[in-house]
Amino acid sequence: MRAWLACGVAGAAIAVLLAACQRDPADSREVVRFWAMGYEGEVVARMLPEFERRHPGIRVDLQQLPWTAAHEKLLTAFAGDALPDVVPLGNTWIAEFATLGALEPLDARIAATTGFAREDFFAGAWDSGVIDGHVYAVPWYVETRVPFYRKDLLAKAGITSLPQDWAQWETAMAAIKRLAGADQSAILLPLNEFEPLLNLAVQQPDPLLRDGGRYGNFRSDGFKRTLTFYLGMFDLGYAPRIDNTRISNVWDEFGKGTFSFYISGPWNIAEFRKRMPEDLRDAWTTMPLPGPNGPGASIAGGTSFVVFKQSNRKDAAWKLIAFLSEPEQQLRLHELTGDLPPRRSPWASPALAHDPYAAAFRDQLERAVPAPKVPEWERIAQEMRIVGEQLANHRVSVDEAAAELDRRADAILAKRRWMLDHKSAESAQ
Amino acid sequence: MSARLAGWLFAGPALLVIALFFGVPVLAALALSLTDFDIYALADIDNLRFVGLGNYLALLQNPLFWKALGNTFYFVLVGVPLSIAASLGAALLLHAKVARLRPFFRTALFAPVVTTVVAVAVIWRYLFHTQYGMVNWGLSSLGIDPIDWLGDPAWAMPTIILFAVWKNFGYNMIIFLAGLQAIPEDLYEAARIDGASGWRQFRHVTLPMLGPVLLLVGILTMAGYFQMFAEPYVMTQGGPLQSTVSVLYLMYEEGFKWWNLGNASAVAFLLFVIMTGITSGLLWLARRRGVE
Repeated sequence: MRAWLACGVAGAAIAVLLAACQRDPADSREVVRFWAMGYEGEVVARMLPEFERRHPGIRVDLQQLPWTAAHEKLLTAFAGDALPDVVPLGNTWIAEFATLGALEPLDARIAATTGFAREDFFAGAWDSGVIDGHVYAVPWYVETRVPFYRKDLLAKAGITSLPQDWAQWETAMAAIKRLAGADQSAILLPLNEFEPLLNLAVQQPDPLLRDGGRYGNFRSDGFKRTLTFYLGMFDLGYAPRIDNTRISNVWDEFGKGTFSFYISGPWNIAEFRKRMPEDLRDAWTTMPLPGPNGPGASIAGGTSFVVFKQSNRKDAAWKLIAFLSEPEQQLRLHELTGDLPPRRSPWASPALAHDPYAAAFRDQLERAVPAPKVPEWERIAQEMRIVGEQLANHRVSVDEAAAELDRRADAILAKRRWMLDHKSAESAQ
Repeated sequence: MSARLAGWLFAGPALLVIALFFGVPVLAALALSLTDFDIYALADIDNLRFVGLGNYLALLQNPLFWKALGNTFYFVLVGVPLSIAASLGAALLLHAKVARLRPFFRTALFAPVVTTVVAVAVIWRYLFHTQYGMVNWGLSSLGIDPIDWLGDPAWAMPTIILFAVWKNFGYNMIIFLAGLQAIPEDLYEAARIDGASGWRQFRHVTLPMLGPVLLLVGILTMAGYFQMFAEPYVMTQGGPLQSTVSVLYLMYEEGFKWWNLGNASAVAFLLFVIMTGITSGLLWLARRRGVE
């Protein structure tokens, strides 16, 4: 009675309070707080009514975050004990939040859920969520990088079979460059992105970090081979020494033939479909990323669901994850956004199986691998971009670049080494 | 109640607010700069180490810090005089007796100040585009080869300076205009009777009378230019080859991108020390020359 009275008094002025007062007595459902980033955050709202219909006892409280603010917001929420129950984390953030001790291991829940077949997931995408043998994250959608290319220009340059390895790729680029002349290039490798270099680097057998992520491993022969190949593409004129801020419209330049190869992710399928000129509609497609000796690896990006340790509705939170991980729901997400499913079974559906542009991604995802799982990785990747830019501009040689990267990575990892040693010393006592 | 106590009582609320919202955070940041607070310390406070002046020493040995400092000084040393000259020039033109449509030009020249950096940066990026930019198009009609304004490490900073000067000169122009209007007309009359030319009137009447205004504008502009951040952030993101990374940009990346709050606080304090040193130097110089 008194609560109603309070509502009556404050009601006209404080609409929020009114809404809270009206909702609570009628709605006794358990509330799962779900934060989702970017466009997927908007779209997933349309999938939630089905979940709430199937689980009448649960209501999902969805908050949308912009990607640019998400990382900071999550860290401050962690510090302030205000984390939600479920979030699809960017794959490169999983190690960081696991280190913070913010994530709940999901192994037992996965084992207890029927129809949740981990073998159905692409190995690289699944592995992104596994840290020290425990599963902390379950992939929601995946992305990886493959070359988009101009079929017509390759044919014109006399390239009849798709390049499978670096040598064939170089031959193709040389032919295109001959055709294109001095003003145009064969490939765009924007100097302000680390992704092209990183994807070429994970194709080598040598890991990028060594000793459990304690030191950089950039002086390995494999990484130097990647650097040499990367530098060669600039030196031979296949790639222009420019960054993305100077390509005002990638699709437009691709249409003009300024470059014939462009390494990018699945979101660009829809963009190219929309933005390529009418007469070039069928002049482009995608291909698996060539490796040093035959089709190579790439980075498994995307987002993966986590449940936070602070949550006290973990069971309901897991039910939401299990629902969104069902093949039908992954397919629905693909219909709504074009995002690629991390499970293999949805790929058998006509929508994906008959999509010529997605085929290369399907093939590539089998070989995708996670980025090194240390919290410092994004920072090291940035250093990789900076040193890669210096290399492309001949400020350093391949050997110097490798040594410099090791030096920078070791400095960034210093605290991690201290912390790991500190921990092992403590547990030994 | 004594006058002394009353004075303190009146100043009290303001002092309290300053102590709470300025003093405490600054001291906390100073304390933070002596630790290696980072993501690991956020996870477990046991991972926080007191490093003394370690952050500062590491910064002084970090080539990127020196590069950022060099870039910032470049920006300040070229940008501030240019900005003040542009403001003073515009103010003199607007103040001239022959000037027509004064309110219109005053508004037009002030307009860049009230625009959003982000929105304007998009337009500038198009203007200075290597292939399609209007600037290179204009130059090409004079027979000058296209310049890669934002992509060439040697040209990126001059372009950013030009952008900053254009964006900010209107503000100082208004201050100068007020200063010019305060100069009594009879001084010019006397100078004219003595046969002084236009240039000598400017040199010996306008400039000395504008002294205090110049000092104020100089200090404000310099403090603003030392905190260069938005321009490189929206135009070049520190590139190409880190030629537009400023000290504040470095601090932003350390603190908010990599979460090394200890290190970022140290950068902030070094910048604070440098700015205080230069501003006091300027004030001392002005006092010695009797401007203040």
